[in-house]
Amino acid sequence: MTAFFQLLFQGIALGCIYALVALGFTVVYRASKVINFAQGSLLLVGAYLVSVLATGLNLPFVLAVIAAIALLAAGCAIFQMMVLQRVLGQPVFVLVMITIGLSIVIDAAIPAIFGGNARILGDPWGASAVHVGGVTFNWVRIWTVLCTALILALYFVFDRFSRYGLAMRATAADEEAALAVGVPVRRVYALTWAIAGGVAVVGGLFLAGFPGSVNPSLGNVSLRAFPAIILGGLDSPPGAVVGGITIGIVEVMASGYAPGWLGSDFSAVAPYVVMILVLLCRPYGLFGTRPVERV
Amino acid sequence: MADDLLLEVEELRVTYGSSVLALDGVGFSVPEGGSIALLGANGAGKSTALRAVTGLLRFHGGQVTGGSIRFEGRSIVRADAAALVAAGIAQVLEGRRVFAELTVAENLRVGAFPGRARRREREIREELSELFPILAERADQPAGLLSGGQQQVLAIARALMSQPRLLLLDEPSLGLAPRVVAEIGQALRAINERGCALLLIEQSTALALRATKHAYLLETGRIRAHAPTAELLADERVRASYLGAPAVLGRPEALAR
Repeated sequence: MTAFFQLLFQGIALGCIYALVALGFTVVYRASKVINFAQGSLLLVGAYLVSVLATGLNLPFVLAVIAAIALLAAGCAIFQMMVLQRVLGQPVFVLVMITIGLSIVIDAAIPAIFGGNARILGDPWGASAVHVGGVTFNWVRIWTVLCTALILALYFVFDRFSRYGLAMRATAADEEAALAVGVPVRRVYALTWAIAGGVAVVGGLFLAGFPGSVNPSLGNVSLRAFPAIILGGLDSPPGAVVGGITIGIVEVMASGYAPGWLGSDFSAVAPYVVMILVLLCRPYGLFGTRPVERV
Repeated sequence: MADDLLLEVEELRVTYGSSVLALDGVGFSVPEGGSIALLGANGAGKSTALRAVTGLLRFHGGQVTGGSIRFEGRSIVRADAAALVAAGIAQVLEGRRVFAELTVAENLRVGAFPGRARRREREIREELSELFPILAERADQPAGLLSGGQQQVLAIARALMSQPRLLLLDEPSLGLAPRVVAEIGQALRAINERGCALLLIEQSTALALRATKHAYLLETGRIRAHAPTAELLADERVRASYLGAPAVLGRPEALAR
């Protein structure tokens, strides 16, 4: 039973990171129908930013994180305005290709600048942990869960109650109609990219926390988070959360309980198995939108 | 006379892509507080004219290649859509286009996004609820669950939330029962009486007759005729051409004035 709770906790913590990756994806996709293939690379940038600010410039860790969030959010918004808005009116496919290009550039630039070796994150937690009834709670994972909960809460309050949150939902529902009633749609797109950049920093830093490190392969997490996004529904932020945490738990549980004959890396496959099973029953994902229609 | 013009379109040429000419020298104007109909059959260029005025052409891959559009005397050919709404031009797109997943109240709040409407949002909403009681009754329901007529009312109210000087409507009577069209006509007259100018784009004559004083007939990218609405629609040749009756079909030059 102890082992179960240990795995459950680790699964939830991993799931929180997936949820943050998936949230970054869905916020951009919902508004503009652009699948942002660079989201994983943004996590990579986020982790390096935090590391550089915290260990290179010796900023206090909290300050380093806040500064990294601000920097990457601004960087993403500027990228959206300078690059993506130039091709506005082109098929969405063009924008998707540009995000793939961005991810290639980032994945090549990071090792070129910082070298291929792992860096330390500069976080105050390291491997420290509390033990409750035989279950080990690493501080970095506790903070992963708490910070993810805080960010998700902030996001949902913003989405539901703020003026720009409403503008994001209107743009998602019908871009032309939003333009027609005076919503500055371009500013909304820039905002969704800023949000994607901001959550990428938080996802990236916790991904690089113990037992991981800041290294050039962090961006690969986006492939592992992919089932979470599909599972939840591409255009549903609540789906991103449920999908992310589900996939995190499935992956960790599979690594702990899957019988040997399934192979040693079955935990990497398990999320895809779950994704396929869910899609068989719910083709739009758990929370993906089907159009509201009057019967 | 020119001083009273709210919207003035002259010699407007619009192309889609690199070669498709949609409007070929179209001119029309809306006086301050006036009510104008732009009539024509499918493909005549009515929606294109509306998009040119409201800045949505680029969204559809079109561009103004000649002529001028002035609103309150200033050229607006290059202005973007959001800025035009803020300047006082609101529009109701063809097919209603309410935000189906958002509630009725949220739809109206989106309409109040442009700056100058925000401070008076509650006030405007109360005014509109008097004009359209259904908005208050169903405020918390998703807009997608309203009937077609109710959605049209919501689309009009959403546009009015920005407190426009000019309201453009693209086929608001499309697919609605005659009784509902009559109600919408009445509402548009009320809106017009409160000082908001109307530019109504229509294929059917019923609403144009009810809600507008002056009408232009648009045919394959050109203005063929203009006159007081009742007079224009009483013209046998206009009716025939415009309703697609065989008498004139095939030789539209008979209508040129």
